[in-house]
Amino acid sequence: MDTEYVVKKVAQTLATIFFVLTFNFFLFRILPGNPFALLFRGPGFSREAVNLLNAQFGLDQPVWVQYIRYLENTAKGNLGLSYTTRAPVANMLFPRLMNSLVLLLTANVISIVIGIVLGIVSAWRRGGRTDLTLSASTLLLYSMPTFWLGLVLLFAGVVYFGLPVAGMTTLGANLTNWFDYVGDLLRHMVLPGLTLVLGLVGQYVLVMKGALLDVFTEDYMITARAKGISTQKLLWNHAMRNATLPIITLIAINLGLTVGGAIQTETVFSWPGIGLLTYQALLQRDYPMLQGCFLVIAIAVILANFVADLTYGYLDPRVRTG
Amino acid sequence: MKSRPASGIVDLAPTSSGWGVYARSLGNFWKVYRGSRFGVLGLAMLCFFVVEACVASSLAPYPPNQVSQDVLRPPSPMHLLGTNEVGQDILSQVLIGSQASLMVGFAASAISALVGSLVGLIAGYYGGLRDDALMRLTDIFLVIPALPLMVVLAAVIGPSLFSVILAIGVVGWTGTARVVRSQTLSVKELAFIESSRASGGSDFYILFNHVLPNVAPVIFSNTVLVIANAVLSEAVLTFLGLGNPNMISWGQMLQFAFTSGSVTSAWWYVVPPGLSIMLVVLAFSLTGYSLDEVFNPRVRKI
Repeated sequence: MDTEYVVKKVAQTLATIFFVLTFNFFLFRILPGNPFALLFRGPGFSREAVNLLNAQFGLDQPVWVQYIRYLENTAKGNLGLSYTTRAPVANMLFPRLMNSLVLLLTANVISIVIGIVLGIVSAWRRGGRTDLTLSASTLLLYSMPTFWLGLVLLFAGVVYFGLPVAGMTTLGANLTNWFDYVGDLLRHMVLPGLTLVLGLVGQYVLVMKGALLDVFTEDYMITARAKGISTQKLLWNHAMRNATLPIITLIAINLGLTVGGAIQTETVFSWPGIGLLTYQALLQRDYPMLQGCFLVIAIAVILANFVADLTYGYLDPRVRTG
Repeated sequence: MKSRPASGIVDLAPTSSGWGVYARSLGNFWKVYRGSRFGVLGLAMLCFFVVEACVASSLAPYPPNQVSQDVLRPPSPMHLLGTNEVGQDILSQVLIGSQASLMVGFAASAISALVGSLVGLIAGYYGGLRDDALMRLTDIFLVIPALPLMVVLAAVIGPSLFSVILAIGVVGWTGTARVVRSQTLSVKELAFIESSRASGGSDFYILFNHVLPNVAPVIFSNTVLVIANAVLSEAVLTFLGLGNPNMISWGQMLQFAFTSGSVTSAWWYVVPPGLSIMLVVLAFSLTGYSLDEVFNPRVRKI
């Protein structure tokens, strides 16, 4: 791959992360009722004690010194203490992030596979009944808020199917057997997974269809068809190959959206991921936790975008050379 | 999006005649817009909801905040859509709830349209360093996941209608900025811009009287689509507890349904507000896409 391209992408990624860090620092310092001030307001704090604590936390320093310190601390993985549990925020974030990834990756892979298949169908039979049905359902699904879709599925799941609707595993269940554990996990994953898939799949159908339609009008497709190549070969060897690139970019662009859907789904189904953590931090006004959640979510999405950019650069010779 | 070819042709070639062109081409525009069945449907739904929101308080069978002994009753002739966990009439709440959705949708997308248009116009027109800086900023905003950003912003300002509007508006301008920039780039190369400059027109004059009138249709159709997103975001933020809890809105109703644990027992509490959100978003999306087909040469060409 072209070094210049990689360097440019690395620089962009670092700039974005830096922006998020700076934003996080300043945003949470203009809070109405600065969190530190709130902590020290108890009657037991004398003026001297407050000054001492201010000095200890570096709050008597100018803003830029605090800023540098904040960057240092964040780089060391020190994200402060949660207001509610008094435990380090960072320790709580990473297990939750993993739980989120389990749900998100599963749902995303399923959505992408279904999206690609349906996208091919509707692009190939453009204007046909399948295409129209798909377009209409896509638009309807897009118009629903994901959390509402979750609430409806939660209702249906409890009332008609008896599926578990909260958490990742059954509380108090004795899941010593690895097999039982996975079974229980999968049962818990059905409803939140379905919510996410329904929320996401429309995007992928549209993306896939759009990419293929662009390819279908290219001259080399007409040439290939004129040469008498079978429909299947035409689709796989000519159309799909060239449609992969835009799909990768669009999947990357959709990542941010996916995360938004995950926050809503985890909230509805109490899935113990970083989205639920964000919601709980919101409810409890636990600002260090909220700040930590935002930071981790944002950096995860930024890094995923970076990987997508590199993949794109690797696959597309035009990008590679310049 | 798939594009349906418009049935007629509006002469949308950029002109130097500034804002005056709009007065003349309004009827012409309707002739083309009418050709899109979905566009007309969307616009009709939109008019319905706007009128409904305006007269909601006289349509509502009960005062929406009035509590009663009839708690979580299913739909009946007394309460056409049933009651909630404190005995309030759900139909009345759904009717009033449209006001918050539309208000937030319009206000937030006005902020987005303003910021996005300014960024896009300045970046596209001046180019160079300003363009680079503004577009890098846009790229940064595009990568940062929108919902967490909105959540954090609204949480820091404190739960209220205003913070929801501001959070949605400040996050949602990137798409507009990109579209406006690319449109500005093509308009500014036209001959009449150069002649205007040659005859002494200032940058401000050219931007406002020549560039903006030619970019405005794109801003307009884009903003209608932004409203659809803003209405969705409002529902999500309110559901997450970031709205004003004393103001009736569809997202707020769903939050109460969720936190009171009524979701699994009272479908009539969950379905009406959600369907309303869906229909309003659908109305704006259909209208927006159809406007885009009429106005945006990039979409129309395909």
